[in-house]
Amino acid sequence: MSARLMQGNEAIAEGALKAGVRFFGGYPITPSTEIAEGMAKLLPQVGGTFVQMEDEIASMGVVLGASLAGKKVLTASSGPGISLKQELIGYAAAAEIPVVIVNVQRVGPSTGQPTAPSQGDVMQARWGTHGDHSIIVLSPWSVREAFDIAVKAVNYAERFRTPVILLTDEIVGHLRENVELPAEVEVYPRRKPKISRAEGYEPYTPDEDLVPNVANFGEGYHIHVTGLIHDETGFPVGSPKITREAIKRMHEKISRAEDEIVEVHTEFMDDAKFAVVSFGGTARTVYESVLDARKRGIKIGFIRLVTIFPFADKIIRELSKNLRGLIVAELNYGQLVNEVERAVRGQCPVKLCAKYDMTIFEPEEISAAIDELVAEVSSIRNEELGIRNDDSAEVK
Amino acid sequence: MVERTYEKFFRQNRLPHLWCPGCGNGIAMKAIVQAIEKNPNFTQDNTIIVSGIGCSSRASGYMDFDTLHTAHGRAIPFATGIKLARPELNVIVITGDGDCTAIGGNHFIHGCRRNVDLTVVLFNNNIYGMTGGQASPMTPLGKKATTAPYGSVDRPFDACKLAEAAGATYVARSTAFHVQHLVKMIEDGLNNRGFSFIEALVQCPTAYGRRNKLGDPAKMMAWMRDNAVMKNVWDKQPDDKKIGDKFPIGLFYKAEAETYDAAYQHVKELAGGAAK
Repeated sequence: MSARLMQGNEAIAEGALKAGVRFFGGYPITPSTEIAEGMAKLLPQVGGTFVQMEDEIASMGVVLGASLAGKKVLTASSGPGISLKQELIGYAAAAEIPVVIVNVQRVGPSTGQPTAPSQGDVMQARWGTHGDHSIIVLSPWSVREAFDIAVKAVNYAERFRTPVILLTDEIVGHLRENVELPAEVEVYPRRKPKISRAEGYEPYTPDEDLVPNVANFGEGYHIHVTGLIHDETGFPVGSPKITREAIKRMHEKISRAEDEIVEVHTEFMDDAKFAVVSFGGTARTVYESVLDARKRGIKIGFIRLVTIFPFADKIIRELSKNLRGLIVAELNYGQLVNEVERAVRGQCPVKLCAKYDMTIFEPEEISAAIDELVAEVSSIRNEELGIRNDDSAEVK
Repeated sequence: MVERTYEKFFRQNRLPHLWCPGCGNGIAMKAIVQAIEKNPNFTQDNTIIVSGIGCSSRASGYMDFDTLHTAHGRAIPFATGIKLARPELNVIVITGDGDCTAIGGNHFIHGCRRNVDLTVVLFNNNIYGMTGGQASPMTPLGKKATTAPYGSVDRPFDACKLAEAAGATYVARSTAFHVQHLVKMIEDGLNNRGFSFIEALVQCPTAYGRRNKLGDPAKMMAWMRDNAVMKNVWDKQPDDKKIGDKFPIGLFYKAEAETYDAAYQHVKELAGGAAK
């Protein structure tokens, strides 16, 4: 396939389609609308269905219905719309319905700054809906990766029968790049029952990977699906034991595959004494700043979270062992930094480089944060060791 | 004696139901399966029952089809998704007055407008029963509820008028007392290609009747008998007779209009994906 100039949002639509998405329900909202517009055009070309619903709640409901009827499904929105979708994101988690929700982040809270980029929905992506639940959150940093992550998100939704949040931002969503898309991608097919009704099929009996093979509607299995806590039959049960087991399995089906799901893009970490953690559109600026700092002789590494949740605890903990300081750069008041601090467990200082003023990071801003960290750590270290100031070069 | 052939439509291992003694929901649920039984196009394998949250919506669990007990108010969007994804399936929605006209009100009017081929049966018990008797948008003026202890001052919806105005192509009402009529109204609704809406008035002796001193379940049903007026009679009556508790039942509206699912097929044809 030849290269095409396209937007991150368009690449998400293309990726989802390639992964087998055949149903989209949506509602207009900036800056995610191009995904809906793309799907409205592309889906009927491949026999799929696009529907614009009356609100974001209905957009979630309609895709969950379509998913239960056997279609791979996608919905997309931004801030206020994502808040409305939370109710049924929880339903999808509880009833184990595959669905991908794209959040093209803009400045919040509330209507906020509709056309300006932000990464302020990190913790909402993890905990936006009520109750204990598990979820997968992925974030691309380029148009090409937006395509790849859309494919991956659909595959994970199907494989783990879970909601997957594709957490992008206005930067990547509206970024235009020349990309070459693959003709074929690896696709995870819809899970199917392994035994018949006569053989005692129960829709929520977990398979070996703890994920149930829930039958599609209309295939003769007569299953019952509910948002109430249910046992393996799918019917509600008011038992402490069943409740405990259901919530535990919901978490474990994802946590046991964590090593596979958690993807972290690192560069220059072999000799790094410092590093910047970032994700999504912000990581593009960070990369520039890291390259620049390297040129200036600072041994700094680049850590980009592709998977935001499950959080890369093990990787961050391991990497931070050899570091003298970490910066978390995020386009918000400070969210991911708390996760990073938790994972680092005090092994090195963690500094927040936050921005929440509608504008994206300038490389100079990250560079300043890097220089500040290096200077701070050096002076602390020099004090500890009682070393002269001109030894600071050694720290780098 | 009439053979109880409709029993096959129930999940016997899920019965008895959780509804209170004397509740009208069982009558409405049975009316739905009796209507299904009369329609050879509706089988247990190709019919999906979708419900919201509340007393009415627990019906889906007792019915031996693929069944979906959704979130509060959201049954119609889920049902729309099923129907648009697999237009060959029959989709029936069971909802309540609070579920459909309060928290799900927007989905209800847009479902009507979109005219997706769904049949929606609203079990109207005039109250939020599951949560213990709070006023709903269909609680009559002056009637008491836990959240309207001095009598409701909140003007109620006429869900049938709402459905008609919003674009439903089949609108009817019946009651738990008029069982055969109710079955017929649902049966005709199932046959309508498009968004069909049937309001089934049901008695709630526990959360509504008791608080409003309406008597035992039999007395509440006798009230339905005494106050429901068939549409054709109602239309001929002068306005001074349409007073007090009197209300019309029957078929209120029927229209031919292309369903959304059929219309979207044209979109697929235009886009070149109809055969895919």
